[in-house]
Amino acid sequence: MTEFQSIAGDASAVLEPNLTVQKAAPQVHCFHCGTRCQGTSFSKQERTFCCHGCLTVFELLAENGLTEFYSLDQNAGVRVSTRFSPDKFAYLDEPNVRERIVQYSDEKLTRVTFRLPAIHCIACVWLLENLFRFKSGIGQTQVNFLRKEASIIFETGRVKLSEIVSLLASLGYEPDLKLADLDSRAQQKATATPRKLWLQIGVAGFAFGNNMLFSIAVYLGLDAVHGPAMQKLVGYISMLLAVPVLLYSAQDYFRLAWTGLKHRLLTIEVPIAAGILVIFAQSTYEVLSGRGEGYFDSFAGLLFFLLCGRLFQQKTYSRLAFDRDFKSFFPLAVARVFEGAEEHVSLSQLDVGDRLLIRNGELVPADAVLVSGYGLIDYSFVTGEAEPVRKDLGDYIYAGGRQVGSAIAVQTTRQVSQSYLTSLWNQDVFTKPATASLDTLINRYSQRFTKIIIVVALGSALYWSFVRPSVAIKALTSVLIVACPCALALAAPFTMGTALRVLGRRNIFLKNAETIERLAQVDSIVFDKTGTLTAAGAESVRFEGKDLSKQESGWIHATARHSTHPFSVQIAEITETSASDEARSFVEVPGCGVEANISGRDVLLGSAEWIKSKIGAIPESVPARGSIVHVAMDGQYRGAFVLVNALRRNVEELVPQLSSYEISLLSGDNEKERPLFEELLGADADLKFNQSPATKLSYVRSLQQSGRKVAMIGDGLNDAGALKQSDVGVAVVEKVGAFSPASDIIISAAMIPKLGSLLRFSKGAVRIVRMSFLLSAVYNVVGIAIAAQGKLAPIVCAILMPLSSISVVAFACVATSWWGNRAGLSRADSQINLS
Amino acid sequence: MSVILLLIPLSVLIAAAFLAAFIWAVRSGQYEDTCTPSMRLLTEERQPKGQSKNFIQNQNER
Repeated sequence: MTEFQSIAGDASAVLEPNLTVQKAAPQVHCFHCGTRCQGTSFSKQERTFCCHGCLTVFELLAENGLTEFYSLDQNAGVRVSTRFSPDKFAYLDEPNVRERIVQYSDEKLTRVTFRLPAIHCIACVWLLENLFRFKSGIGQTQVNFLRKEASIIFETGRVKLSEIVSLLASLGYEPDLKLADLDSRAQQKATATPRKLWLQIGVAGFAFGNNMLFSIAVYLGLDAVHGPAMQKLVGYISMLLAVPVLLYSAQDYFRLAWTGLKHRLLTIEVPIAAGILVIFAQSTYEVLSGRGEGYFDSFAGLLFFLLCGRLFQQKTYSRLAFDRDFKSFFPLAVARVFEGAEEHVSLSQLDVGDRLLIRNGELVPADAVLVSGYGLIDYSFVTGEAEPVRKDLGDYIYAGGRQVGSAIAVQTTRQVSQSYLTSLWNQDVFTKPATASLDTLINRYSQRFTKIIIVVALGSALYWSFVRPSVAIKALTSVLIVACPCALALAAPFTMGTALRVLGRRNIFLKNAETIERLAQVDSIVFDKTGTLTAAGAESVRFEGKDLSKQESGWIHATARHSTHPFSVQIAEITETSASDEARSFVEVPGCGVEANISGRDVLLGSAEWIKSKIGAIPESVPARGSIVHVAMDGQYRGAFVLVNALRRNVEELVPQLSSYEISLLSGDNEKERPLFEELLGADADLKFNQSPATKLSYVRSLQQSGRKVAMIGDGLNDAGALKQSDVGVAVVEKVGAFSPASDIIISAAMIPKLGSLLRFSKGAVRIVRMSFLLSAVYNVVGIAIAAQGKLAPIVCAILMPLSSISVVAFACVATSWWGNRAGLSRADSQINLS
Repeated sequence: MSVILLLIPLSVLIAAAFLAAFIWAVRSGQYEDTCTPSMRLLTEERQPKGQSKNFIQNQNER
């Protein structure tokens, strides 16, 4: 590969622009990041790039002589997808922010550690460790690949923190600043603990190995040659070596057992600690009384393997457990205004200083300041207080507040904390009554388990002490060590954690793990119609009545754009914007319509009954297929929008998958579509039209009273009550940030056809947890049975125990992932474009 | 063969010295990250032209 000649000396010179921008040829891949070039491609000196971002990074690398990067790994580059303004990171230089992020700073040097989620290959490591070439003043960078972290040391005076972050972002490695902000102290703590474990293993291994070597002398009968002196020597030396093992390596077991006992809890460490003490005590007695050389080699070996098992467990669990990267878990899209244009972005793409458009019912995702519009914020999600609070320009709005009324623009002042929003979602106010059966199962058995173990251990020791005393101690300690209730504590969290992650990747977001269990118990499904089973098509809106003037169209648009109801969104899309039309007041009545005062005109959009109730009689409704939104202006009937909403694609495929469930449909719309849905959902389905939010709620309740477990699927706008009442409420969102906290699951509209898979998956997940319990039970029964007979050496038990817990956990995780694929939730199935 | 009564304690001492070395290695942070050094090894040959040491390494060498 050709090396690019850097312009002599001056690193900041711009390379010759030999740039060609052209329509991408098919199957051409970006030289930098490897993705297929769609639309336009950028070519320069025989290299093609998919976007300007990749080209820029390539030029940056070439300028600094680092094109070796590309030969280290295939498509090593990271695509820089978010644009950022130059002062995006300026806030990092503020003293109190900077202080929290850096780990160490004095007048000469500063050290900071960032988490860079984009690190993915060896080339990244190489590039980041050569960061000093990009900017003088940057010193050493050390990358920790597994943790995806980079520690950078730089000269305090010469380089600003914001410059470092800018540089990283421009290369595609934007640091995860939320975590850096919160965790810098916690991170330092976390590094210290494995160190102690290594030391404990070292001491135990040292004692184990050496004691085993001495024991060979005894096993081979050397003591017969040299008499009791040899035995005594071996005995005392092995005891000497075993003492630090008892005092240092076994510390954690004693400490945890003691804490457990103090709280009157029999934790698993109690029998292990007891077993350790028994072996040590018995061996000491043997050596001091001259009876033998004791079992110190087994003792040290026992601890060595126990600790190795623990180290292995720690490493395995941290790989299998829930990602620290919670980015994809709060599923809202927000309208961001960037350079005058609105774009829908997910929460993970938001930054401090972004300007957001929040419409009626939508959530404010981060702490922000009101910059335009009339703020009326409902904090029920945060505090439970239903009374909305007025906010004026410049007022501070806390994350989790929902706007009521006309749309407002806010500017964020803090990063989005998705874990905070998720915790709000999980508050007591929104919790459904617990039906979780797995939890009670676990609680019932974990308490009994340790007691049973101790009884069996003592019992077998007692038995053997009469029949064959030499086996008694062996049986006692083996039973104590081999028992492993770890599955009870771990199977459910790991299965559910993996399940949540599998679903999250397919853009199905669950509030918590209990939701999966409840889903598995559901036997009745209630669908909302508009926006759930039906979707908008661009050609399907037309106006019936005298043609609208441009001005009238503008008024209607100004009214409709404040609402997130699917009808409003469609109407807003086909009417024209008029920048001068400001809504002076805006009210949305769920299930009925919207009313606003635009430039002095009263505009109403809504259902026939509601408009009738507002202005009196209306002309006979046009017998057309589709939903009708009537329009009234200044008390006069003006016409109606006819919206023909087509069924979503693949909904026909969904219905056969739900054959084992009872299906119902609730719609606020009129009866006209009945034949269509009868055909779709089958004759058994219960179809109800002209429903209000209240009747929807009572319908769900009546189903539950007849003993059914109900899952309700709606858009959360006019069926919030029903969603909350149902056993599982599924909210369907499409490009909006309207959020219903009473829902348990949020899915994007495109994933509706996957509902059948979701239900199958949840049933399977619960089954997997039960199988994990069974697996663990079998292991325990077999292991204890053999150990009680005195046939298992304590060392073997020490190996078996961590093996069993790892195998149960691995089984749970692997089975859940595999089942996810089987149930139709694999990546390949989700080719649907989700934007 | 009774020299073995001397050799055993001596060998324990030597083994203890190795244990001390292990403890020192863990304490000095060599076991913090066992994955990345193996990757760095593969990139050793591919150093770019120009300075190969950053200013901190240069400082340490003086």
